Amino acid sequence: MASSEHFVAKVDDGFEVKVDAVDTTTPARSSWGDAWEYLRHRPLFYFSAGLLLLILVVVLFPGLFTGMDPKYCDISKAKLPTSGEHLLGTTLQGCDVYARVIYGAGPSVLIGVLTMLISTILGAVIGAIAGYVGGVLDAILSRVTDIFFAIPFILAAVVVLQMMTNVEGIVKIVFTLSAFGWTSSARMMRGAVLETKEQDFITASRALGLSKFQILVKHIVPNSFAPLIVLATTSLAGYIVAEATLSFLGLGLGSDTVSWGVDISNAQESLVTNPALLLFPSGALAITVLAFIFLGDVIREALDPKARQ
Amino acid sequence: MALIDVQNLSVDFTAGSGKSKRVLHAVKNISFKIEPGERVAIVGESGSGKSTTAHALINLLPGSGKVVGGSVNFDAKQLVTDGHAAQEKEFVEVRGSGIGLVPQDPMSNLNPVWKIGTQVEEAIWANSAAQNGKKLDKKEAHDAAVQALENAGLSDAKSRMKQYPHEFSGGMRQRVLIGIALANNPKLLIADEPTSALDVTVQKVILDHLDCLVKELGTAVLFITHDLGLAAERAEKLIVMYKGEIVEAGPAVEILKNPQHPYTKKLISAAPSLASTRLESTKAAFSGYSDRPLPEDLSFSHLRNVPNFAAESLVEVYGVTKEFSIRGQKEPLKAVDNITFTVRKGQTTALVGESGSGKSTVANIVLGLLAPTHGEVAFNGHYLADYSKSRATLKHFRKMVQPVFQNPYGSLDPLVSIGNSIKEPLNLHKIGTKKERDARVAELLELVQLPNALKTRYPNELSGGQRQRVAIARAIALNPELVVLDEAVSALDVLVQEQILTLLNDLQKELGMTYMFITHDLAVVRLIADEAVVMQHGKIVERGATETLFNNPKKEYTKNLLDAIPGKHIL
Repeated sequence: MASSEHFVAKVDDGFEVKVDAVDTTTPARSSWGDAWEYLRHRPLFYFSAGLLLLILVVVLFPGLFTGMDPKYCDISKAKLPTSGEHLLGTTLQGCDVYARVIYGAGPSVLIGVLTMLISTILGAVIGAIAGYVGGVLDAILSRVTDIFFAIPFILAAVVVLQMMTNVEGIVKIVFTLSAFGWTSSARMMRGAVLETKEQDFITASRALGLSKFQILVKHIVPNSFAPLIVLATTSLAGYIVAEATLSFLGLGLGSDTVSWGVDISNAQESLVTNPALLLFPSGALAITVLAFIFLGDVIREALDPKARQ
Repeated sequence: MALIDVQNLSVDFTAGSGKSKRVLHAVKNISFKIEPGERVAIVGESGSGKSTTAHALINLLPGSGKVVGGSVNFDAKQLVTDGHAAQEKEFVEVRGSGIGLVPQDPMSNLNPVWKIGTQVEEAIWANSAAQNGKKLDKKEAHDAAVQALENAGLSDAKSRMKQYPHEFSGGMRQRVLIGIALANNPKLLIADEPTSALDVTVQKVILDHLDCLVKELGTAVLFITHDLGLAAERAEKLIVMYKGEIVEAGPAVEILKNPQHPYTKKLISAAPSLASTRLESTKAAFSGYSDRPLPEDLSFSHLRNVPNFAAESLVEVYGVTKEFSIRGQKEPLKAVDNITFTVRKGQTTALVGESGSGKSTVANIVLGLLAPTHGEVAFNGHYLADYSKSRATLKHFRKMVQPVFQNPYGSLDPLVSIGNSIKEPLNLHKIGTKKERDARVAELLELVQLPNALKTRYPNELSGGQRQRVAIARAIALNPELVVLDEAVSALDVLVQEQILTLLNDLQKELGMTYMFITHDLAVVRLIADEAVVMQHGKIVERGATETLFNNPKKEYTKNLLDAIPGKHIL
């Protein structure tokens, strides 16, 4: 085609320039609906969710899985290997390992879930207020967050747990873990709120006459919550591990309680002679933690399209 | 022989994999040639494939983009053969020294942690190495970099070399990028929306300079732009693209004067820079807007009456100044400096200015979202400051004044359905029963020409223009007296922009609303505004009826602004 030529493409019959036509043929979806659509096609989601469902059943109805009493220990049957009667063998004291793993799920998962809920809500409230109000209050809250963040977690937990000798085990641990676990969710929430509050629809809501509190609750918090959900699912795994660590150090639940942490702690005495005792409770712990991390991962991908491959 | 010869080029993007794999044909079988020293412009809207075409030529397609057909021959080198791009090595040799690229966004195309000089030297270094394998020494590269910046029109280039990108304005950064692109005397320069992010007056200066440079060097230029006026003014040849295909190509002036393809015709008629008169409304006029009864304010005893408030005024701004204190600086920043103007009932008053002129600050003051440091704003005969004194009067004020903002992707809450977004103002101000509110939502959707079925959907499914229509529906839900449109059409494609402007104009006629239209784009002002206020550095330069202002500008700055509208001199 020479430079001076005037080329015109053939105009098809019925050619029409449709300016910004609305397509209503596709099914309606919210961004949460979009996330669900993504999750529906991910095997990892079904795998982790199924696993968590199973763990939940174990936690709620441990009796369905074993007829044994985890606290009934017969010293004459100590250190038995795997057999028909004792599926995973017995401990030094002659307790059934399988029953202890099943019954131990309850306290471990309960502590994980409670700590996750309390620390996420606490962190979200503090972070949202800091980010939304700004100014001096933000400076104060942010420094407090930094201070809590800087305290070595285990060290602080040791001190706090030593002080609360007359509080019940689970409450004591949940309290301690939450007291130091909220900082990351506070930081994340503050960042998300700072970003959301600059959006035009927030200014539009102000111009509409919504009060500051209404804007925070109706528009800012829901739009800042997605990253927090992801953080919560992954941190939950961390809390279960932390309980095990504290119990291992002898600071968590008393040795009369049945929990994975307590069992892992007890198993250290026979680590060399009978490693299986350590393997089963820590294996159960690892599977649970992985299930939560997997779930956190797919949810993150679902909520943030950029994270998808 | 043509400098670059593109034959039947096709580019695909793929998304997903396996069963859910979707293929988007971004560029379909296009052919064109550019002769040495010729200036060609590809014009199209977003999604037309214009940028993809440019990127395919230098094998810099983003993401999953892939050339799937055709051939490209540049300067006797075969860059694409039968749908297969040449080895990356070949492109490295061509990029920079054969084909230079001026990227779109000057803000993100310079590395913020390196000095300007280092970045220019780096480019010169890489290109000379690729060109003839010779490595320049430090001094040579430095001198060449200074020369490149001087050529690009950057004054005091030597000391500028030591500065960082954040110390440069957008226009200066674009000059640096032009300097880099032309540093190695490429035969073809691809300018991808080179000035879209810049103010019009800066745009004109930079493009004028670029014109001189390429004429001097004999460089061919391929402009990629959405702006027909700009394309026709800066290029001899136009290529109009629509949905990945070339619909029309030929001499610029001829296409502009005598378009053949229906799409080109539509594009030209919608281009604001080529229009010369105000939009006419097809709707029946609202019965006498000057008589539109305003809501009764008398029940609020603390609202003082403004003396001498003109009957035809809706908003009067008296000597308003807004200062912002900046941390670490003693002197506060005067964003708005002692301005006075009037917005008349039922009319559109445009506030025009470039970035930093203070126009958006004025918008926020009139919306009652910012309090002025000095001066007063009066709305409907009462001081705005008085409205803010009690919650009841403030809410009453909010009902009468509503905004529509620029960014269509930020103006709606992504978690709220379209219907609920429009209903929110009605719920908040407790208007009607639930049934009446639902009916009102349907009515509003119809007013902004969106199907009622959209109300259960969410903003992420809508295009920018559709979101802007929802934002308009939400803003007019309460029957406001005044709608403040803050760059409300600036982010939209030309055809969509025209559609929204027509809609706004019709709504105004039908409902008798008053608009305050904030924009940087003088061309749009002519389409929609009755009166215009030109601002610069927080001050009013000139104001008056739009026609008078356009035909007979009094101030130098207004003349410059008008002169900078691309394509103005062609028709």
